[in-house]
Amino acid sequence: MALLETERVTMRFGGLTAVSDLAIRIEQDEIVGLIGPNGAGKTTAFNVITGMNRPSEGRVRFAGEDVTGLARHQISRRGVARTFQNIRLFRELTVLENVLVGCHAAIAPGVFSAPLHLPGYRRREGEARELAASLLGEVGLEGNAADLAVSLPYGKQRRLEIVRALATRPRLLLLDEPAAGMNPQESLELMHLIRRIREKFSLTILLIEHHMQVVMGVCQRIYVLEYGETIAQGDPAAIQNDPKVIEAYLGAQ
Amino acid sequence: MTLPLFLQHLTNALSLGSLYALIAIGYTMVYGILRLINFAHGDVFMLGAYLAFYSVATFLLPWWAALLLAILVTAAFGVVLERVAYRPLRDSPRISVMISAIGASFLIENVGIVLFGGRPKGVSVPAVLDVKLALGGVSVMSVSLVIPVLTFLVLAVLVWIVQRTRTGMAMRAVSTDLDAARLQAIDVNRVISFTFGAGSLLAALGGIMWSYKYPQLNPLMGTMPGLKCFIAAVIGGIGSISGAVLGGFLLGAIELLTVAFLPTLSGYRDAFAFVLLILVLLVKPSGLLGGTQVEKV
Amino acid sequence: MSLLEGRRTHLLTAAAVIVFAAFLAVADRTFDAFTLRVLNLCGIYVVLALSLNLVNGFTGLFSLGHAGFMAVGAYTCALLTLTPEQKELNFFLEPIVPWLAHVTVPFPVALLAGGAAAAVLGFLIAAPALRLRDDYLAIATLGFAEIIRVVLTNAQPVTNGALGLKGLPPFAGTGVVWVCAAAAVLFMVLLVRSAYGRALKAVRDDEIAAAAMGVDVFRAKVVSFTVSSFMAGVGGALLGHVITTIDPKMFTFMLTFNILLVVVLGGIGSITGSVIASFAVTILMEALRFLDGPLNLGFLQTEGRPGLRMVVFSVLLMAVVLFRQRGLMGSREFSWSMLARAGLLPRPGRGGAAGGPHGAA
Repeated sequence: MALLETERVTMRFGGLTAVSDLAIRIEQDEIVGLIGPNGAGKTTAFNVITGMNRPSEGRVRFAGEDVTGLARHQISRRGVARTFQNIRLFRELTVLENVLVGCHAAIAPGVFSAPLHLPGYRRREGEARELAASLLGEVGLEGNAADLAVSLPYGKQRRLEIVRALATRPRLLLLDEPAAGMNPQESLELMHLIRRIREKFSLTILLIEHHMQVVMGVCQRIYVLEYGETIAQGDPAAIQNDPKVIEAYLGAQ
Repeated sequence: MTLPLFLQHLTNALSLGSLYALIAIGYTMVYGILRLINFAHGDVFMLGAYLAFYSVATFLLPWWAALLLAILVTAAFGVVLERVAYRPLRDSPRISVMISAIGASFLIENVGIVLFGGRPKGVSVPAVLDVKLALGGVSVMSVSLVIPVLTFLVLAVLVWIVQRTRTGMAMRAVSTDLDAARLQAIDVNRVISFTFGAGSLLAALGGIMWSYKYPQLNPLMGTMPGLKCFIAAVIGGIGSISGAVLGGFLLGAIELLTVAFLPTLSGYRDAFAFVLLILVLLVKPSGLLGGTQVEKV
Repeated sequence: MSLLEGRRTHLLTAAAVIVFAAFLAVADRTFDAFTLRVLNLCGIYVVLALSLNLVNGFTGLFSLGHAGFMAVGAYTCALLTLTPEQKELNFFLEPIVPWLAHVTVPFPVALLAGGAAAAVLGFLIAAPALRLRDDYLAIATLGFAEIIRVVLTNAQPVTNGALGLKGLPPFAGTGVVWVCAAAAVLFMVLLVRSAYGRALKAVRDDEIAAAAMGVDVFRAKVVSFTVSSFMAGVGGALLGHVITTIDPKMFTFMLTFNILLVVVLGGIGSITGSVIASFAVTILMEALRFLDGPLNLGFLQTEGRPGLRMVVFSVLLMAVVLFRQRGLMGSREFSWSMLARAGLLPRPGRGGAAGGPHGAA
């Protein structure tokens, strides 16, 4: 049974078809890439999978369960986490607090039980803090724990977003252009990071990226989108030589 | 309910609706471009009425000159208002601009109280508008007929501007995507100033006409109509000029006809608009003539 | 933060509370009625400002309907504390509905009932309204407040309509008001620093990201809104019983504006700011009353003009939002180490204080 399966997913916004007939299948422990020129519908695919948009047609299945139309937080709690193309950190919260928000479902605070520091809450909050601290250590952000998230340099912010997503204890991690704006050195470090966290946390990863070296270096399989349609899929070698893919990217970077 | 009585109510509804429409247009234009609820719009309406009043009472201008002067000065005031209270906050969170708008509204109202005094002032309606006409059994003040005609004229001019002129095209561009418009070398600031000026001009016109129909001025006269007209704009589809007109007429009609047919509810008259608003926001937030809006992630 | 510093902070806070309580006790006995009333109004505004800040500042929902919840709280409480005789006196135009005529409950019960009524209303409004975008939410909540006011003005047999209710028993004494204010501050501080407060702030900062991290955004908004309405209801009830008369004209948008002013001045998202600004604005409101009427200071004589006072406050609000958006405190909170850094307190033994119980983390 595939961990994630999209069945003929089509997403229309008014007159625009952003994604059409998307059929992605991801097995447990895979790292799969989703590439394509700008506007190909990649982020829309993410949005449909994570419940941000209800697909106009088709269904999304996660771990065998039909999750189409579930609320965003419900999908998140089932083990699907994501990062965003344009970093969406919580501006007024510290680095540690950002990560702790990822633990929200695990802590399950109540509007009265939390302020009153009831024992169950205290224990769960303590555990969450330990988890958050160790996650920060994982990416070298432990020294920034008390800093405001937005005060971090760009590269660290990206890492923070990833770690925040990890705090939700996902089975499937969706990364939306994690290497955007990174220089070659940083991209390389990111690749190592992705491989490392996948090992350590037994993750399955779906990755949108434009940095071809990252995609080819890390992904086992790749789907290629153009104008919402899947024009190719296969392993990196096959994709690199696929004439349709080359044509789609011609004129782009 | 006899036919003449019904027609009477209908004419009233028509003129009230036109007044609402005139004011609602200003709201919708500003919101369409800036996504800002200009809370001070209703108070601009009040200013126009007072300016015309003082032009006649103190400066002894003939009513048509007073009207012209008042709407032009108020238009200028609208432009200044935008410059001072809204432009500095254009890149700030929307809550800040809204607070500034609320502050501006209260400021204008209270300056009005200070300058004009809180006691209502009686307006002398120009003779030509004060004529009682008898049309088919219905007795109607000429002003009630002039208002809808005027509104449609204004609307025609406005639609022509928006559809046929470069300024209008610029307005449409800015309201679709402000940043993209800027990239197209459209002078966004000028467009916004023009929008505020035009909207304020219409509000002033509405205010003066209002004062001819309900000849009592007080500094808070703009609060309730202002709110209701924003609601009218929302009902019709915020951002759409025809929507504002439709909403204005709809609201005026519902208000007056409900009171006419169900007089026991007249105390709740002001609440109708709000109930309507909430219904619309729940069922079709984009309004009757609005399209669906999507937020980009 | 070392154990020594933690103890020190708690001791300082406890000391401050005791000093203030003593001050209140003295004030209650020695201040004249007018000044005492202003002091208690400060306390009531603390409750009201915090309730607005909870929903606007900490959850990021621009709600303009506060006056409506205050009205519901005030009327509920009043109708439950007025004696049958007082009710008969008030309802001379039209007798009160029978099921209310003989209901009189102790003040604390009535106060809570006022809060509960407002909370129920808030909950009912929240479900539909909170699905709307911020500016639409503002207008919708404003609309609800107006509807409430119109209903109160017209429901003669229940609320006495436009005549209002007079002669409310003066149960809202210094003790009651400031216990409520303290409770409000305590609750807010505990909430904001807890995981739930964190979730609310996440919703405020980026709703989409919060949802993606597993926060039930809609539910958080509804809860925040409902709790805020409860507090507003209590605040309204206290207000009514301090002023001892209520009528629908008291609960206009102007009242919401006043509270909004306090929150903006103090800093949206700062509890300390709301507390300080509550005092500042309430006192300023009274102090500037002279602007509205004639003043004779010997060397300075003004005629005064009605409305001038509100002109000043409107300018103040706009000045803050245009020039110092963050208000007095921004979103920071007071901490004893703040005073230490400013040199007003000796620094703790170990270097580098990390902030007191109200610290900004």
